[in-house]
Amino acid sequence: MNRLERNDRLVRLALLIVALSAISILLVITIFIFEQGTPIMFKYGLKSFLAGREWYPSEKLFGLWPMIVGSLYVTLGAMGLGVPFGLACAIVLTEFSSKRVRSVIKPVIELLAGIPSVVYGFMGVIILVPFIRETLGGPGLSVLAASIILGIMILPTIISISVDSLQAIPPSYREGSIALGATKWQTVKMVLLPAARSGIIASIILGMGRAIGETMAVIMIAGNAASVPHSILDPVRTLTSNIALEMGYAAGEHRQALFATGVILFIIIMILNTVANVTASRMKGTKR
Amino acid sequence: MRINPRTEQKIVRVVLWALTGITVAILFFIIAFILRKGVPALGWDFLTKNPVDMGKGGGIFSTVVGTIVLTAGALVIAIPLGVGTAIYLTEYTWEGPVTRVIRFGAECLAGIPSIIFGLFGFILFVTKLKFGWSILSGSLTLAFMVLPTIIRTSEEAIKSVPLVYRTVSFSLGSTKWQTVTRVVLPSALPGVVTGVILSVGRSIGETAAVIFTAGSALRLPTSLFSSSRTMSVHFYILAREGISMPNAYGTAAVLIIAILGINLLTYYLMNRFIKKYS
Repeated sequence: MNRLERNDRLVRLALLIVALSAISILLVITIFIFEQGTPIMFKYGLKSFLAGREWYPSEKLFGLWPMIVGSLYVTLGAMGLGVPFGLACAIVLTEFSSKRVRSVIKPVIELLAGIPSVVYGFMGVIILVPFIRETLGGPGLSVLAASIILGIMILPTIISISVDSLQAIPPSYREGSIALGATKWQTVKMVLLPAARSGIIASIILGMGRAIGETMAVIMIAGNAASVPHSILDPVRTLTSNIALEMGYAAGEHRQALFATGVILFIIIMILNTVANVTASRMKGTKR
Repeated sequence: MRINPRTEQKIVRVVLWALTGITVAILFFIIAFILRKGVPALGWDFLTKNPVDMGKGGGIFSTVVGTIVLTAGALVIAIPLGVGTAIYLTEYTWEGPVTRVIRFGAECLAGIPSIIFGLFGFILFVTKLKFGWSILSGSLTLAFMVLPTIIRTSEEAIKSVPLVYRTVSFSLGSTKWQTVTRVVLPSALPGVVTGVILSVGRSIGETAAVIFTAGSALRLPTSLFSSSRTMSVHFYILAREGISMPNAYGTAAVLIIAILGINLLTYYLMNRFIKKYS
């Protein structure tokens, strides 16, 4: 083995170590979050943590139920808005538009992804919240406001992945359907959407992940009351806001409880990611 | 009742276009709104003067510096790791359990919410390693956040370099490493740069992960260990605590202009890259 070959082996080894960085960072993050968050969950009991309705850290009451419900409501609301709009954009981009129009709309939607989340939150505070307060009543800072803003924020995720999966469908599917006399919309409805199903589902799940994980925009517009909301006009606090709102001054068990909130968030996100990954890879599997 | 398929198509087309139109309109509205309210506050003084009185007066100079330093720090850490990973995945190994694990790790990392990165950075860098709220803690946290983006875009870019380039290089007697550094990477550069620019965009806009790791000091940073406030954090604090609306709009306008510039640059590079290889 000459010098050059030996060097090449060294390079390969060094690159392998570098390549393992991503996975080791993931491991380190998991370990730290769990190490900080799980002891207190077991100390007070998992049930009181997950199902407790009272969050009064100063009195050692750490019930996360309102925040879990809050995250769920806000995310569902965001899906209700983001999925129809996102799918509509994806279908228009791939099937109902000329190349010229596409070359304008696509970068515009990518730009939507680049706008910082604080700016979205700010737009919510300045425009949406007063609008809701004046027309529908309530404090304005509400489930509804958070759902609308999050719905807009997850659009780029849903659109880009759905577009990819629609474009991955072999042209013969379209040609076959059109040749049978179907209209374009019938082709989309009966051939393309079913064929791109797994990719579209993956895009929706990843969008959900983004909605659950969003923090700053939600803090600004959701009102942050730690109680279960009774209507879409009530204020709400999500898991992420719970962490970000109190992290600045929390200490001792309070801080640990915030890390426990992080643990729950982490578990939800990991489940969503794995499901999205599996669905997306199933799509690749059927293509071959 | 059955609707004629052609009528149905007409209706659906209108509905779909309406939804798309609304999406595009929302974006233009946000940008136009922020720029209209914010641009009047901009000026040379706004960009080059330090904030006075918690941001009530003065400019945003120290937050611009904070943003640049923090982003640069994150890139210095993330680029070698990300590009190295991409090179390993594409050039030095074949698909197998190892690559699958690495890809899975990167995918998961990409999905983790920024607040979790913030928590992690706070506990590891700020408290355990005693870096305190500092540029170092913030850059490390941001680097971990943007790593998946850099890996993915670099991988795509390296993969799209035609195989001929490599075989010719090998036939001239060069080693693998020489081929990678002198032939493959230069050809893949625009694609790699695209990923880097996207990461810059993410770092500039990030708030949750930065506020808990880099803190929010308004002074000009003097070392890696001084706390610093980025433009996004500054904007968040100004708007949330109602300190100064004109300055908040001004900061937001600078942010939006930066993001616009970054997207245009990415778009331009990406187009050039695609044209080169197709």
